Amino acid sequence: MHDVLVIGGGNAALCAALTAREAGASVLLLESSPREWRGGNSQHTRNLRCMHDAPQDVLVDAYPEDEYWRDLLGVTGGLTDEALARLVIRSTATCRDWMHRHGVHFQPSLSGALHTARTNAFFMGGGKALVNAYYRSAARLGVDIRYDAPVHSLELRDGEFVAARIGRERITARSCVVAAGGFESDREWLSEAWGQNEHGEWLADNFLIRGTRFNRGVLLKNLIESGADAIGDPSQSHCVAIDARAPLYDGGICTRVDCVSLGIMLNRNAERFYDEGEDFWPKRYAIWGRLVARQPGQIGYAIIDSKAIGRFMPPVFPGIRAETLDDLARQLGLDEARFMGTVTDYNAACRVGRFDHTLLDDCHTEGLTPAKTHWALPLDTPPYYGYALRPGITFTYLGLKVNEHAAVHFGGRPSRNLFVAGEMMAGNVLGKGYLAGIGMSIGTTFGRIAGTQAARAVQETNARERHAGV
Amino acid sequence: MQACEQVMDRGASDDAEAEVARVMQICNACRYCEGFCAVFPAMTRRIEFGKADAHYLANLCHNCGSCLHACQYAPPHEFVLNVPQAMARLRGKTYADYAWPACMGTAYRHAGVSIALALLASLVLFFLVPSGNLFERVDPPGSFFTLFPHGTLVWLFGVVFAWAALALGVGVGRFWRDVSPGAPNAAAATETTHAILTLKYLDGGHGEGCNNEDDAFSLWRRNFHHLTFYGFLLCFAATLAATFHHYVLGIHAPYALTSLPVVLGTVGGIGLVIGPAGLLWCNVRRHPLHGDTAQRPLDRGFMLLLLLTSASGLALLAWRDTAAMGVLLVVHLGAVMAFFLTLPYGKFAHGIYRSAALLKWAIEKRQPSRLKLGGD
Ligand SMILES: Cc1cc2nc3c(=O)[nH]c(=O)nc-3n(C[C@H](O)[C@H](O)[C@H](O)COP(=O)(O)OP(=O)(O)OC[C@H]3O[C@@H](n4cnc5c(N)ncnc54)[C@H](O)[C@@H]3O)c2cc1C
Ligand code: HEM
Ligand code: HEM
Ligand code: SF4
Ligand code: SF4
Repeated sequence: MHDVLVIGGGNAALCAALTAREAGASVLLLESSPREWRGGNSQHTRNLRCMHDAPQDVLVDAYPEDEYWRDLLGVTGGLTDEALARLVIRSTATCRDWMHRHGVHFQPSLSGALHTARTNAFFMGGGKALVNAYYRSAARLGVDIRYDAPVHSLELRDGEFVAARIGRERITARSCVVAAGGFESDREWLSEAWGQNEHGEWLADNFLIRGTRFNRGVLLKNLIESGADAIGDPSQSHCVAIDARAPLYDGGICTRVDCVSLGIMLNRNAERFYDEGEDFWPKRYAIWGRLVARQPGQIGYAIIDSKAIGRFMPPVFPGIRAETLDDLARQLGLDEARFMGTVTDYNAACRVGRFDHTLLDDCHTEGLTPAKTHWALPLDTPPYYGYALRPGITFTYLGLKVNEHAAVHFGGRPSRNLFVAGEMMAGNVLGKGYLAGIGMSIGTTFGRIAGTQAARAVQETNARERHAGV
Repeated sequence: MQACEQVMDRGASDDAEAEVARVMQICNACRYCEGFCAVFPAMTRRIEFGKADAHYLANLCHNCGSCLHACQYAPPHEFVLNVPQAMARLRGKTYADYAWPACMGTAYRHAGVSIALALLASLVLFFLVPSGNLFERVDPPGSFFTLFPHGTLVWLFGVVFAWAALALGVGVGRFWRDVSPGAPNAAAATETTHAILTLKYLDGGHGEGCNNEDDAFSLWRRNFHHLTFYGFLLCFAATLAATFHHYVLGIHAPYALTSLPVVLGTVGGIGLVIGPAGLLWCNVRRHPLHGDTAQRPLDRGFMLLLLLTSASGLALLAWRDTAAMGVLLVVHLGAVMAFFLTLPYGKFAHGIYRSAALLKWAIEKRQPSRLKLGGD
């Protein structure tokens, strides 16, 4: 029997396994995916949001604790726990040394993401390189790792972990860390969460999952059903608009289409439905998933002309291209007459001043609903391009309630030997909204806390058993 | 939605240039690997990847493997993204497409055969040329040039070498003009020299080295290449020193063990034994998805030929006073001749095209980007 059982194979699970092993415990890690798909959503990540009071290796200027906290407070609208949030924020000031010791390399902000040069440290090679480094370090330290090991339930006694079950197999350990991600890949659960619209469509049927297919929320459901305290809105998920041609799972970062603010966005009826120029793309990036989800058929069409080419991050798939607007409508399968009407109205409403997409410029529309308040240039320079977009789910917010020791709670009481980390408890800190790089901050902080506590629980068990003369 | 299906259903393309364009388009939307090497920063200066861009980027790639192991879209993902492999395949095509004269491009495609033929022909040649008996001790011992008149050798090797230099020069000249970033300045030239001499882009971007059999980093491949590269340069210098001794100083072989040609050659020769042997060892253990397995004959043939040259040279030094000298000399000269013959049409080209690509990059990166991408 191992001392500590870690369930999951992403960032949080690996951080827990490494820390528990460093504390002297024997550790078994169970990853539900096969080896080549290991690493959950963590393999798709690129950075970690870090507080720092002065420039650090790859980070410029300073990003003090209070500013970080205010940013978090802002995006969550108060749906956060200040004590836990500050715990995370403070730990990001120092955790990178530990990460580096386990083989993670950092680099300055990627080109095209320079607005994060101050706040986010990027992983060299991205999240998969980080996950690989942790698995190598774990193997070196003697953590036992099993792939193709989907745990379907936990055996608990009085709020304490006893064993995990994979099919008929029963795996016991003295303590356990669950870090098995959210439920975004359980399509039925998503359907239930997002419900139906007035046309009778199940919204989630048309969603794409940006990350792994293995985060099915099996243990989240199992634990909540077993009486664990939950936190976060089960009907909420983080969702962005991505290329409709993206794969159903694991499309990851590259499927974003960043041209919305440079053109117009239409729904299936060739109507505009929201101010495309409301704010800078990074800030507004996340609202479009939800906006598109509310449109009929859960699809949107971003339309640009040649003036926009070379001004936004190149998309992974080439856009549908046409020399004339009506041809573009035809190729996109939109009603030509209505499409032409919408574009003509928009073009006529554009009041062009000095275009500058690096600031909130003065190009806007007049007398148009909804208005486009910045970067409004008429669509008049062929060739024209169109991209069909669908909602892409990043993660879900529902999680398990924890304290500063990452303990799972049952009826308000912390478990002695069951801990949780990562996406499964992120809702304690991030109740809604999103702040780039905070997912990995939470996972790294609480993964390491959970690992430490799980190892400590083992020592306590051992001490008690010795005492009792067992 | 025709255009998109093309990209999506295509998966990996059989056309080497189209495949590089496909992978670069995906990478350009991701960019996670920007810190590993020069390929990705060069990529971000472009949004389309025509033939010339593709060849440039392919030769900038050092096949370190980092971006394969770090890629979330690598097989079994449906994007089947394998940058090093796409680049390696296209490099094979660069060598063939830019070869001069063009008909010699086929020599690359059948690299194993070319090397074997060149070696066989050279060995036969050197068995036939000698004036004396190859299997007897010569007098005085170690006087190589009683078997092969010095003048004949100089003439033979001189012509072949000059040809090789011309052919490679024409090829790389065309390659240079295809994506022409302008003339190099001193800073660009210095940076390029440094990148070549240290093999900067086999350090992984973090200094821990490149990948070989798995996702772990190691400096072995780079260090073995250093032994090969500097060993080769020393051997070359030894040959020049010997020529200098012969013509200018009027001192004739065999040279003393402490003489400049022999010292340079011995040190270089040892490097040129360990280096290629080590590279071969790495190559055999290499992850199957790295590079282009179809080019193995090209790669391994080149390493074996280097090994044969250095080993035969060292053997020649060791047994120059015995009756084995004649045969060893034939083998050594045969190997050297085969090496020079295949020089412009074999793996050696990798160093030249890579150096040219590195110089292009050093010039290009000093120019402002034409793109004005907003934040993402
Ligand atoms: C495209 C994309 C980009 C992102 N970029 C960033 C970023 O740049 N920075 C950032 O901070 N956050 C980012 N995030 C969010 C980030 O991915 C998560 O916050 C973080 O990865 C969560 O880590 P985790 O270990 O909790 O979950 P995961 O990494 O998802 O790991 C969960 C693991 O549990 C395993 N598992 C699931 N069920 C079971 C079971 N029943 N039994 C055994 N194992 C199981 C899964 O296979 C998986 O290995 C991004 C997310 C996506 C989708
Ligand atoms: C131009 C054609 C060449 C000729 C005529 C030539 C000839 C010789 C001779 C005569 C020796 C024996 C020296 C001695 O024992 O004193 C020798 C040794 C050697 N040669 Fe060559 N060689 C040539 C090119 C090369 C090249 C290109 C390499 C390597 C890439 C090489 C590698 C060696 C080595 C390692 C030795 C043993 C060390 C030494 O004696 O210096 N030779 N060569
Ligand atoms: C001039 C600059 C040179 C550069 C920039 C360079 C670069 C490289 C790189 C990056 C590799 C790894 C590629 C791979 O494994 O696919 C490589 C491989 C190799 N190089 Fe060089 N090289 C240069 C010159 C030379 C020279 C002069 C020699 C020997 C004469 C040489 C011999 C080799 C060998 C034997 C390999 C191994 C091939 C393989 O593993 O498939 N290189 N070189
Ligand atoms: S190789 Fe993969 S991870 Fe690296 S930049 Fe390309 S798509 Fe991104
Ligand atoms: S294999 Fe290495 S050198 Fe080539 S593109 Fe990838 S990271 Fe760069």
